Amino acid sequence: MGGFLAQILNGLQYGLLLFLISSGLTLIFGVMGVINLAHGSLFMIGAYLAYVVAGLTGQFWLALPAAVVGGLVFGAVLERGLFRKFRQREHLDQVLLTFALILLFEEARAALIDNQFHAVPVPPALDFSVPVIGGFAYSAYRLAVLAICLAVAGGMVAFVERTRIGASIRAAAENSEMVDLLGLDARLIHTLVFASGTALAMLAGALAAPLQSVYPGMGDGFLILSFIVVVIGGLGSIAGAFWAALLVGMIDTLGKVYLPEMAGIAVCGMMALVLLWRPSGLFSRG
Amino acid sequence: MTRLSTKGHRWLGLGAALLASMPLWAAPYYMQLASSALIAAMFALSLQLLTGGAGLVSLAHAGFFGLGAYTVYLLGGGSSVFVSVPAAMLLSGVAATAIGRLALRTRGFYFLMTTLAFGQMLFFLFHDTSLGGGADGVFIARPGLIWAVTKSARPTVFLLLNLATLSLMYFSLWKLMGTMFGQALAGIRVNEDRMRAMGHDVQGLKLAAFIVSGALAGLAGHMAALTDAFVSPELLGWHRSAEALLMILLGGLGALHGPILGAFALTLARELGQSITERQRLVEGVVILAAVLLLRRGLAGWRQ
Repeated sequence: MGGFLAQILNGLQYGLLLFLISSGLTLIFGVMGVINLAHGSLFMIGAYLAYVVAGLTGQFWLALPAAVVGGLVFGAVLERGLFRKFRQREHLDQVLLTFALILLFEEARAALIDNQFHAVPVPPALDFSVPVIGGFAYSAYRLAVLAICLAVAGGMVAFVERTRIGASIRAAAENSEMVDLLGLDARLIHTLVFASGTALAMLAGALAAPLQSVYPGMGDGFLILSFIVVVIGGLGSIAGAFWAALLVGMIDTLGKVYLPEMAGIAVCGMMALVLLWRPSGLFSRG
Repeated sequence: MTRLSTKGHRWLGLGAALLASMPLWAAPYYMQLASSALIAAMFALSLQLLTGGAGLVSLAHAGFFGLGAYTVYLLGGGSSVFVSVPAAMLLSGVAATAIGRLALRTRGFYFLMTTLAFGQMLFFLFHDTSLGGGADGVFIARPGLIWAVTKSARPTVFLLLNLATLSLMYFSLWKLMGTMFGQALAGIRVNEDRMRAMGHDVQGLKLAAFIVSGALAGLAGHMAALTDAFVSPELLGWHRSAEALLMILLGGLGALHGPILGAFALTLARELGQSITERQRLVEGVVILAAVLLLRRGLAGWRQ
């Protein structure tokens, strides 16, 4: 029973990490109309940043603001320097350019750090188990990740739903021309969305670093899963990404434990079902 | 999509003759290299029917390639190529029918994302389960040709066999693109809605292209398994699909023979890159940037 409960919590926490990654992805698709295959690499960069920061300073917690600030800056630079120009390109060009970014990011990682697996220790302050129900105890760090992801998700939904800038992001996700008609600076919104998406993916990578090893190509699995989340949730929909990420995270986690051979196939199969039922996603308004 | 004229075909024929003469002057290593370029060319050419032909960018294509390769493993040792070739094309074609029916319900970004996910589903099928002999890949018994091939004759025989298969595939597609079917695909690429409004069965045409293209990718995968006597789940990974798209773009999106030029150019660039640096991803990344940013019309459009 305790084991099953632990898997449910693991699934929840995996799903929330997946939400941090895919919410950025879905907004970048929705608002900018750009397909970014290198989004998974940003997750990998965040994880390696945590490994480096924790190694240099001995303070894992510094890695989280470093990932967020670094992500905002890196994302803004990428958007201004590259993705702004990709927007006008055809899908094929976008696929290949962002595929090239994956290769170059991985090569840069190999040159700057190395090609080895690395463990990032769980911060000592949270390296204990918390009794949850009865005799069942759960890792305090994993609970902290749950709480941080929920707080970030809540903050993001509040920002997108309640603020003026959030309203224009929603408007842009529905219809990018509307933003221009409303007299808002669409270019600023693009930079903001891309920078936030990068920061969220890198934060997810930093949070995940102590949970799994840090290794080359670690973003690849997350890339596929977050694409599936975006398809199931509907392009540009934050609420859709949230529920779809929880669903995918749960199925993938439980699948890996109870039916390890079928987990990857089950997630793709679920996407197939959604496509049969609602080709534009569960939460799309179209 | 441009189909070469007789004059253009003379150049392609010259290239083919050069490859066919390799057993007379080239070391086995270079014949094997040429074989892998020919297989890459078959793979990219099969995708060109979708991408250049109908304007569909699919990331599931490596799945069909890998499925064709794994057919040889699934048939077990001792089968003949006259069984394994149709079986590979059939299996890939059936998978393409199932995936195409679902993925073609979507358009644009959704199509990209769903083909990526379905391609990975095939990858997981061979990577996570014991169906294909495990995640690390497996050596296979080659299907029998008409005659027994000695070890020293293999590079020559497979080079000629791959050259013949590519030529056959190219001329079949060249014929196909000249038919009403090819014209209709071109219409879909330019303006799908107009084709629908004109009463064309757009969905059916796209599905037909998806199936033919998948079955041909299965043939390419079969030739890879035959040549290398080794299959691994990595054959089905989506990076391979992206590489096929790169060969198409590099060679020229608008020309049927473009992917062949692209496949040879990429193989050559990799081989040269290998002698300069160990950083293979850097080489490939730079090739992509050059192809997308500088060579807008591909190698086939060099002189236009």
